[in-house]
Amino acid sequence: MNALDVAVGQPPGRPVSGRHLAVGAGAAALVLVPLIWIDPTTYLVLTVAGLAMGMLLFLTAVGLTLIFGLMDVLNLAHGAFFAWGGYVGFSVLQRLDALGWVETGSLGQSVGSTLLALAAAAGVGAVLGVVVERVVVRRVYGDHLKQILITVGLSLVMAEVIKIVWGPNDEMVLVPQALQGSYDLFDVVVNRFRVLAVVVGVAVFGGLHLLLRRTRLGLVVRAGVENREIVEVMGYDIGRIFTAVFAGGAALAAVGGAMWAVFREQIHPGMGDENLILALIVVIIGGMGSVTGSFVGAVVVGLAFNYVSFLVPKLALGVNILIMVIVLLLRPQGLMGQE
Amino acid sequence: MSDPILALEGVHAHIGGHHILQGVSLEARPGRATVLLGRNGAGKTTTLRTIMGLVRASAGTIRLAGERIERRRTFEIARLGVGYVPEDQAVLSHLTVEENFRLAMPCESEESARRLDTVFRLFPALKTYWQAKAGVLSGGQKQMVAIGRAFVTDHRLLLIDEPSKGLAPVVVDHLIESLRHMRDETTVILVEQNFHMARHVGTDYFILDDGRVVHGGRMEDLVNDHTVKKRYLGIG
Repeated sequence: MNALDVAVGQPPGRPVSGRHLAVGAGAAALVLVPLIWIDPTTYLVLTVAGLAMGMLLFLTAVGLTLIFGLMDVLNLAHGAFFAWGGYVGFSVLQRLDALGWVETGSLGQSVGSTLLALAAAAGVGAVLGVVVERVVVRRVYGDHLKQILITVGLSLVMAEVIKIVWGPNDEMVLVPQALQGSYDLFDVVVNRFRVLAVVVGVAVFGGLHLLLRRTRLGLVVRAGVENREIVEVMGYDIGRIFTAVFAGGAALAAVGGAMWAVFREQIHPGMGDENLILALIVVIIGGMGSVTGSFVGAVVVGLAFNYVSFLVPKLALGVNILIMVIVLLLRPQGLMGQE
Repeated sequence: MSDPILALEGVHAHIGGHHILQGVSLEARPGRATVLLGRNGAGKTTTLRTIMGLVRASAGTIRLAGERIERRRTFEIARLGVGYVPEDQAVLSHLTVEENFRLAMPCESEESARRLDTVFRLFPALKTYWQAKAGVLSGGQKQMVAIGRAFVTDHRLLLIDEPSKGLAPVVVDHLIESLRHMRDETTVILVEQNFHMARHVGTDYFILDDGRVVHGGRMEDLVNDHTVKKRYLGIG
């Protein structure tokens, strides 16, 4: 046995964690407790609605959490990418509807118009993300106060530009025919769009998980979240990685905005700020910098919002703030965040 | 005598309005281990960070194999073949030991495989903990990861900042043996407060005081120069 082995001792074992059991039990209780007051059929409808809402929130929150975790940037303009995505999706659907693709087209045209709207939102979101990171955010790295001030200002500017381009009033959003209507599963009515939202949310989570865990880029991003200096001294251009993550986060928020627009069938210039509040709650509950935390937090917020809005509508937002406060008191770094 | 692989000429650096480096001039020759010595706050760590581009030089020149690098960004300097082991056992705690090493090896080559074998031979415990999160390792093991991770890439120059800091004497002795082996393959600049390690690893030295180089030469000369050691390092 050499000197190092002496200093090392036995291999570290995986600690037995009662915390994971407690978190699992708490999550199960949160999901099942509403059954005391809600009949099972309505409960299932609300659960699907909650999951769909959660997945749309996840699309915004995941960018926010990665941008904070990797770049240490508090980006309060993130909601603006969401709003821009909503308006871009709205415009694309309007143009395609003029060609007869959206509300009256074939299944292929209807699905195609949905994909085009989401792709356009992602593209515009990514371009805006690159411009915002290079022109604005790069100047305020390392200074949270300046980041808050400059990104709040930027979000106001981006909302005003929306008013100039699309007008200040609410707009009705066309819903592609393939997404209209519902599935009837044993008397449980499931809106088609909500199924798509859950599929997209889970696919994005799975894709990000694979990207972060199975690729070198993911390894570099995870390392950068912990210590950007070590990553840079290994020869990685952290500036380019920052830009890519910022653009990716903005693109996902924009896709979330486009889906939210179809989900609500309505958009308005202030939609980004409303979504940002919920996304911030999701990130705080899940833990800054954690993709899985954002996913869990989004599901918690989506379910709690829908159950409570059915039982006591006025408390719908309040219950999520309450959950956030409880998490902050018991585990300040969030459910999945690192200390 | 061969040309220096690294040469600093009149390098100044400021941190937060403080004038830390006040005209540092030194050089490191290939195949040798140059130790930077001096009291706390003398500017040793800042010198390494300035070479690496983590602190911007406000004046002076830094040449790597004749090429000026003082305006280059950190990742560019790393790609030119400069490795850096920061102080305080800087590992990526949330990644496994394997991931720490995989990050340091952009491409798998015969040379990196050979170097990894050398790392395993020098630090066999790393093989045992290969899949463990680096954050759960002891201080000594973390330092093994940090040094091994830098060594596994074929660097022209390796900058190592206080590897003995906070480690038990038995671990320091093991590190000394390992660093002596590494210096045979890579030119090393070592910042060290522990004179025991410095004298056994270093072949050349520079002493910094108040941001300037005040003495330099062969390590074997310093070992016997009690006046200089007493005056600048506080040891008899």
